[in-house]
Amino acid sequence: MKLKETFIDPLVDNNPITRQVLGICSALAVTVKVEQALVMTLALTFVVTMSNTIISLLRKNIPSSIRIIVQLTVISTLVSLIDIFLGAYLYDVSKSLSVFVSLIITNCIVMGRADAFAMQNGLKESFMDGLGNGLGYGGILIIVAAFRELLGFGTLLDYRILPEFMNNGLMILAPGAFIILGLIIWAQRSITQFVED
Amino acid sequence: MRNKYIFILTITIISSFFLSLASEGFKELKRKNIEIDKKKNILSAIGVAIDNFTVDDIDEYFQSNIDSLIINIDGLVVNNISIEDLNEVENKSTGEVRYFYENNEFLPLYVETKENVIIMPISGKGLWSSLFGYFALDADNYSTVKGITFYAHAETPGLGAEISKKWFQDNFVNKEIYEKNNLKSISVAKGKADENSKYEVDGISGATITSNGVTTLLSRDLRRYEPYFYKNRR
Repeated sequence: MKLKETFIDPLVDNNPITRQVLGICSALAVTVKVEQALVMTLALTFVVTMSNTIISLLRKNIPSSIRIIVQLTVISTLVSLIDIFLGAYLYDVSKSLSVFVSLIITNCIVMGRADAFAMQNGLKESFMDGLGNGLGYGGILIIVAAFRELLGFGTLLDYRILPEFMNNGLMILAPGAFIILGLIIWAQRSITQFVED
Repeated sequence: MRNKYIFILTITIISSFFLSLASEGFKELKRKNIEIDKKKNILSAIGVAIDNFTVDDIDEYFQSNIDSLIINIDGLVVNNISIEDLNEVENKSTGEVRYFYENNEFLPLYVETKENVIIMPISGKGLWSSLFGYFALDADNYSTVKGITFYAHAETPGLGAEISKKWFQDNFVNKEIYEKNNLKSISVAKGKADENSKYEVDGISGATITSNGVTTLLSRDLRRYEPYFYKNRR
């Protein structure tokens, strides 16, 4: 696969959320406001890109019997780093994201890309794959968050757009995210005619 | 065989090195963030509009208008210890926080000198989590409520989490905690509060347990300060 395709493929056609249905937990939890989703996107993109790169760099030396442990060590180190960084520079957002930053460690996208892609592919490809998957995940997160913030609070990035009386409490709760995510997956699949085996 | 132990050991050591470096390097910034967050909450409890405040403004306001006091459980002001010396111990089942210094119990208190308001930390249990906040009283009569705020909780958004919303907190302003000389505290009603009552505020529909939690924590935490109120009330 070409480098460019490695990057573009996970953005839409092979999107980790809408196509592979991975990383749903955080997609439901941190999409109440666009600001949260943006920071989460940056955090996850950083982690998955860096972990892919590092794992790919080490891939020829990692003994296969302990590869999962090595991947986990690398991923959790990166996640802790980003957690410390957010605590220092974006304290308010990091407070509202609470445990979900640390839970990036268990995000299937990160582990999945490290084990399924970076272990077999070169440095450049792995870097692009990580970037593509991170942004593909983040793109969906931001779309869901935009709907939820607009319908739930009447704001976008805290700018008021709809009057307050139109706020829909359902959108703030997890079911709101389920409904919007479901609609997005439905729309994508009816356009691409993709059917799960 | 031996190779893989050496490999994982190397990876672990490198990771720990970077982590300790980052943790140590950002420690001061993080501590400052937590401190500012706390100060912001104290200010919003007394109704200072902090939306346009920068970090320096907050520090400045604190420096010039707010003093911290330590009182002992008999309500006397203690001068030789500062608020940083106190050891906070949270009772996980009730959410109550108690403060100790060398095995003696004390209570922290903030005094706003410009508007003459005292601010106390409050905490208790909601439905899912401990609730932490501040409660502000008029220091002329130790009875009129100036404000309340909750800065940490994990209640249900849209239901229990409404305790950190303005409408809920505004309900408390100008209520009274004393009925003559009897510390009555404030209770959160189930549904609408009696309009004439000075001791009741509107509840949150669908969040009875959180509302009751607020009632309980107020009555418990305010009572701890009763000796101090008693000594200073006119």
